[in-house]
Amino acid sequence: MTESRDKGLALTDITIGLNGRTLLRLSARVAPGAVLTVMGPSGSGKSSLLAYIGGFLDPAFVASGSCRVDGLELTSLPAEQRHAGLLFQDPLLFPHMSVAANIAFAVPPSVRSRAERRAIAERALAEIELAGFGDRDPDTLSGGQKARVALQRVLVSQPRLLLLDEPFSKLDMALRDQARQLVFDRANAAGLPVVLVTHDEADAAAAGGAVFEMRAA
Amino acid sequence: MALAARPTGSLSFVRLAPGLTLAVLLLPIAFGLAATFLPAFGYLPALGGTELTLAHFESLFAMPAIWRSAALSLLTGVVTAGVSLLIVMLFVAGWAGTRTFARLQHAVSPLLAIPHAAAAFGLAFLIAPSGFLVRLAAPWAGIERPPDWLIVNDPLGLTMMAGLVAKEMPFLLLVTLAALPQVKRAETMQLVSAFGYGRIAGFLFTLWPQVYRQIRFAVYAVIAYATAVVDVAVILGPNLPAILPVRLLQWMNDPDLSLRFLASAGAVLQLGVTLGALLGWLVIEQVASSICAALRGRGLRMVRERMLRIAALAATGTTAVLVFGGIALLALWSFAALWQFPAILPDAFTLSTWQRALPRILEPLAVTLGAGALSTAIALCLTIACLEQEARTGRVAGRRAMLAIYLPLIVPQIAFVFGLQVLFLASGTDQRFAALVFVHLVFVLPYVFLSLSDPWRAFDRRYDLIAAGLGRSRLALLLKVRLPMLSRAVLTAAAVGFAVSVGQYLPTVLIGEGRLTTVTTEAVALAAGGNRRVIGVYAFLQTLLPFLAFAIASLAPALLWRNRRAMRP
Amino acid sequence: MRLATIALTATFLVGFCMSGASAADPDPAEWQAVLDEAEGQTVYFNAWGGSENINAYLEWVGEETQRRFGVELVHVKIDDTANAVARVLAERTSGKDEGGSVDLIWINGENFVAMKEEDLLMQPGWAGDLPNWRYVDVENQPTILTDFTEPVEGLESPWGGAKLVFFYDSARLDAEQLPDSAGGLLEWAKANPGRLSYPAPPDFIGSSFLKQVLSEVIDDPAKLQEPVNEQTFEADVAPLFDYLDALHPVAWRSGKAFPQNYPDMKQKLADGELDIVFAFNPAEASAAIAAGELPDTVRSFTFSEGTLGNTHFVAIPYNANAKAGALVVANFLIAPDAQLRKQDPAYWGDPTVLALQKLGEEDRAAFDALELGVATLAPDELGPVIDEPHASWMDRIEEEWRRRYITGN
Repeated sequence: MTESRDKGLALTDITIGLNGRTLLRLSARVAPGAVLTVMGPSGSGKSSLLAYIGGFLDPAFVASGSCRVDGLELTSLPAEQRHAGLLFQDPLLFPHMSVAANIAFAVPPSVRSRAERRAIAERALAEIELAGFGDRDPDTLSGGQKARVALQRVLVSQPRLLLLDEPFSKLDMALRDQARQLVFDRANAAGLPVVLVTHDEADAAAAGGAVFEMRAA
Repeated sequence: MALAARPTGSLSFVRLAPGLTLAVLLLPIAFGLAATFLPAFGYLPALGGTELTLAHFESLFAMPAIWRSAALSLLTGVVTAGVSLLIVMLFVAGWAGTRTFARLQHAVSPLLAIPHAAAAFGLAFLIAPSGFLVRLAAPWAGIERPPDWLIVNDPLGLTMMAGLVAKEMPFLLLVTLAALPQVKRAETMQLVSAFGYGRIAGFLFTLWPQVYRQIRFAVYAVIAYATAVVDVAVILGPNLPAILPVRLLQWMNDPDLSLRFLASAGAVLQLGVTLGALLGWLVIEQVASSICAALRGRGLRMVRERMLRIAALAATGTTAVLVFGGIALLALWSFAALWQFPAILPDAFTLSTWQRALPRILEPLAVTLGAGALSTAIALCLTIACLEQEARTGRVAGRRAMLAIYLPLIVPQIAFVFGLQVLFLASGTDQRFAALVFVHLVFVLPYVFLSLSDPWRAFDRRYDLIAAGLGRSRLALLLKVRLPMLSRAVLTAAAVGFAVSVGQYLPTVLIGEGRLTTVTTEAVALAAGGNRRVIGVYAFLQTLLPFLAFAIASLAPALLWRNRRAMRP
Repeated sequence: MRLATIALTATFLVGFCMSGASAADPDPAEWQAVLDEAEGQTVYFNAWGGSENINAYLEWVGEETQRRFGVELVHVKIDDTANAVARVLAERTSGKDEGGSVDLIWINGENFVAMKEEDLLMQPGWAGDLPNWRYVDVENQPTILTDFTEPVEGLESPWGGAKLVFFYDSARLDAEQLPDSAGGLLEWAKANPGRLSYPAPPDFIGSSFLKQVLSEVIDDPAKLQEPVNEQTFEADVAPLFDYLDALHPVAWRSGKAFPQNYPDMKQKLADGELDIVFAFNPAEASAAIAAGELPDTVRSFTFSEGTLGNTHFVAIPYNANAKAGALVVANFLIAPDAQLRKQDPAYWGDPTVLALQKLGEEDRAAFDALELGVATLAPDELGPVIDEPHASWMDRIEEEWRRRYITGN
C-alpha cells in the first residue's frame, strides 16, 4: 500500500510569497498519469509554482514545502537533476538545430552512441507522423507540428513529471483540442504526473483532474 | 527566473569570474594612478625626488596659458559630447523606424572601426585651404594659390571638435540603437502621434529619458575621451596653446627628465579637468531635463519639425560622407605620385609607396593580430563567465559594477599608463607580449562586456529552463544552446574588442617599448613624418583590420546557419 | 588604493637601492674580443622611424651586420628620441641596471646632454677606440667632437652631418629675389605675406630656425658658445624676439598656427601654402623629388654668411643588453661603404662624417662619383657652418618663446 501511495507527485505544504505577501499555499497529490490544474488570472503568480517545482524560482520569491516524485525529494536537487519536463505556450525548438537534433539533444546521456540517439529521435518523429522531417529547419514546420516536436522532445528525456505553462493558448482553436488530447494521452501512457497552469476553463475540463483555483493577487 | 545555483564544485571559474573581471579592470588603474600621483607630489627617487612637495604644481600653474589649455580641454569634452548627443537624439527621434534610418544606420556603423588619427588626417586634407574641397571649388572661383585661411588648428579648437564629433557621433548612435529595443518605440510613437505630438517632441518627452538612462555611461566615456585626446588634437587642434593632454605628452617626452615631475602634476590636473567636465555635464543634464519638463508642461507639440528633421539627417549624412571621403582620399594618396594644388587628382599613380611599406609591415601585423585575438578571447571568456554567473544567481550587475566597467574608459589613459610601465619594468619579467595582451585586455574588456551583455540578458530564458528540464547540465546548455544561438552577438562583441585592441596607441607604445609594434604604433610614428602617402597606407590597413573582423562577425553566422530561418538577423 | 601605494613605493625603493651595479663592459680597444662577444647578439637600435628612406637604409645595415658579424639589428622605430631616453630612465627607476631594452640610440644635442648629465650612457668614452674612427673627419667638422658645445668625450659615435638649407620652387619664385640672410628673409616675408613659417618649438627644425636667427642678430655671437648668462639673457635675445614679432603678422596663418615639423612644411611647399621651407639635410629636396613628393622644379639655397650645422650620433645606454653588438654596429655605421650608401640620395642622401682624403683610392672615387641630385647643392656651395649654440640656449629660447607666444590671445 505504501508503495502505491508514494507513486506520483506529492506536494506538501507549498508556500510561495513575494515581498512579504503570500501568493500561494498548496498541498496536493497527483497520481501517475493524472493532471493537477492550477487556474488563476494572469499576474496571480501561478507560474511561480512551476518554477518552484522545476528549480528555477527567482530568488526574489520566498518558498518552502516539499515536492516528492515517487518518494524522491526534488527541492534538494539542482534543476538539471530534477527531470521536470517543461512545455510553454511557445514550442521553443532550438532554432539552430535540425528537428531531429532538437529531440536527440534531450535523449538521456546514458545513450552514448550518436547513431542510437538519432534513431530514438527518428522513432519519436514517426510516432507523431513526422517521419522524414528529421533534417528540416524547425522554423519551416507549422505551429501544430512544432508543438508536437516539443512534446516528443520532453518525452524522450524520460522526465519524472510534466510541468505545462499554458501550453495550448497560442494554438488555433481547431488544433487546440487535438493537442490537448495528444499531450494528456501520452502523459497518461507514460504514467507521468502533470501540473498544468492555465486560465482557460477548457484546458481544465480536458485535463479532467483536480483543479486548484488561485485568487487574484 | 534563475536556475537554482548549488555549489557543485564544477565550473568554479564562473563563480570567480566577476571578481577576476573587477581586478582586471580596477587594479591597473589603481596602480597606474598611484605611480602618477607620487611623482606629481615630488616622489620619484630615481630622479632624486624623495620629499613630498607642491613645487611641481606651482611650476605647472606658472606655465604660460596653462589655464586656457585646461579650459579648452574641458570645453572640448563637453561640446563634443553635447553636439554628438544632440545629433544622435534628433536623428533617432526624427527618423527611427523609417527606411532612411535603416539605410543610414548601416552606413554609419563602419565609421566606428576607423581609427581616430586616420579619420582626422582625412578630414584635415578635405577641409584645409589647400585641401580637396577648395581644389574642387578652385576652377570656377578662380583660385590659383591656396588661400591663407585658418581652418585647421584654429585657436578655439572648432575644427578639432568637429573631427571628434565625426568619430563620437557614430559611437553614440550605435549605443543608442542597442538601447532602443528595450523601450516600446513603435507603440509609444503611435500613441503620442495620436495625441498630436510631432515625431521629435513625442520621442523626447516619452522615450528619450529611458534611452538616455541606458546610454549615459557611454556619454561620460565620450566626454572623458575628448578631454584627454592626443592624436586628433595634434592633427586638428589649436597650437598656441595646445589643449592640455598634448602639452602633457610634450613634457612626458621632453629630454629634460626633470619635466617628468611637471608631467605628472599635469596628469593630475588632467584628471581634474576630466572630472570637471563630467561634473559640468551632470549640471547640463539637470538643466536640460528641467527645460524638457517645462516644454512638456506647456504641451509643446512641435508639429512643424521638418527643418529640424532635415538638419539632423544632414548632420548624420555629412559626417559619414566626410569621414569616408577623407579615408578614400588618403587611400588615393597612397598611390599618388606628385599631386600639387590645385589638381583634383594626382599627376600619376605609383605603387612605390606600398612596395616600400609592405615588407616592413608584416611583423607589426602579426603582433596586432596576436594581441588583438588573445586579448579579445580572454575578454570574451571573462565576460561570458560573468554573465553566466549573473544568470545563475539572478543578480544583475548594479550601477556600481557598471561604473567599474566604464572606469578604464573614463579615467584618462595618459593619467595611468606611465605608472603601469614602471610597474611592468619593476616586475622584472620579460613576458612582454603577455604584458601587452594584459594591458589591451584592460581596454578591450569593457567594450566586449558592454556589447555582449544586452543580447545575453535579452536571451529568452525559457530555453535554459527547457534544457535544464531535459536533464542537460549548465555547461551543455552554455555550449550547445546559448553560445550557438548567440553566435552573432558573440562574434560582434569579439569584433568590437578586436577593433579596440587594434586602435590602442599609448599602452602599446609604453608596454611594447618599441620591440612589439602594432600597425597603429607604426602609423603614429610615421604620422610624425607627416607624409600623406605613407599615412594613407597605414590608415588603410588600420581601417581594414577591424572591417575584416566585423565582416567575419556578420558573414560567419550567416554561412553557418544558412539553413536555419529563425537564426537570421 | 593604499595597498597599491605601498607596493609602488616599495618598487621605487627597490629600484633606488639597486642602481649602481654593472657587469664588466666590452673594451673597443680589444676589438677581436668585442667581435667574438657580439656574434649572435641582437641589437635594439632606437631610431626615429618617420622616414621610409631611413628605415630602408637601416634594414640594409641590419642585413650587412648579420652577414658580416653575425649581429642581428632590430630597428625600434620611435617618433621622438626623448621616448628612448625616457625608457632608459624608467628602467633605472625600476632597478633594471642590466639587460636594458635599448642597446643603441640615435641622438644628438639636448637629448645627449640629458643622458650624459643623468649618467645614462655607457662609460668610459668608447667612440675614439672604434677601428673605423681613423676615417672620421675630426679636423674639419668640429661638431663631431662637441655636440651643441657639449664635449662628446667619446660617449657617442658620429653618424652623419646636417646643415640648415632652404628650399623653394623655382617655378613660382625667381632665384634673383631669394633672401641671403635672416634679415633678408624677413623682408621677403613682408613682400610675400602668408608664405613663410617655421615649426613651433620644441620641434627640432623650428628650434633650429630660432637659433639660426639668433646667431645672426645677437650682438656678440661668441656668447652663444657659452652657457646662457641669466643676467644678460633678456637683452641678448631681444633682437630675436623683435624679429619674430615682426615676422608673425606676415607669416603663414598670421602666426596663429604653425606647421608641425619639416615633413609638414614639405607637404605645404608642394601644396603651394608655403614658398620657402628649410631642412637640416641638404639632400632632402632631391630625395623628395625622386619620391614624387615635390615637383622637380624645387631648388636649394643657403646664406652666404653661413647657416647652422651639426652632427648626429649614436650612443649606448649604461644598461644596454648587447653592448658588444652595439659597438660593432656603431663601427659599421662609419665604415666607408656604409657612409657612401648613406650619402647616396637614391638611398638617403645624408652627408658623410668621414674625411675623403683619409679614405682609400677606390672609396674616395666612389664618393666623388655620387650623383647628388638636381636640388642638392655641392659640398662647396653649402656655405660656411655656424656652430650650434650651447644646449642651455635651446631650453631658454624655447621657454621664452612659449612665454611670449603661447598666450591664447
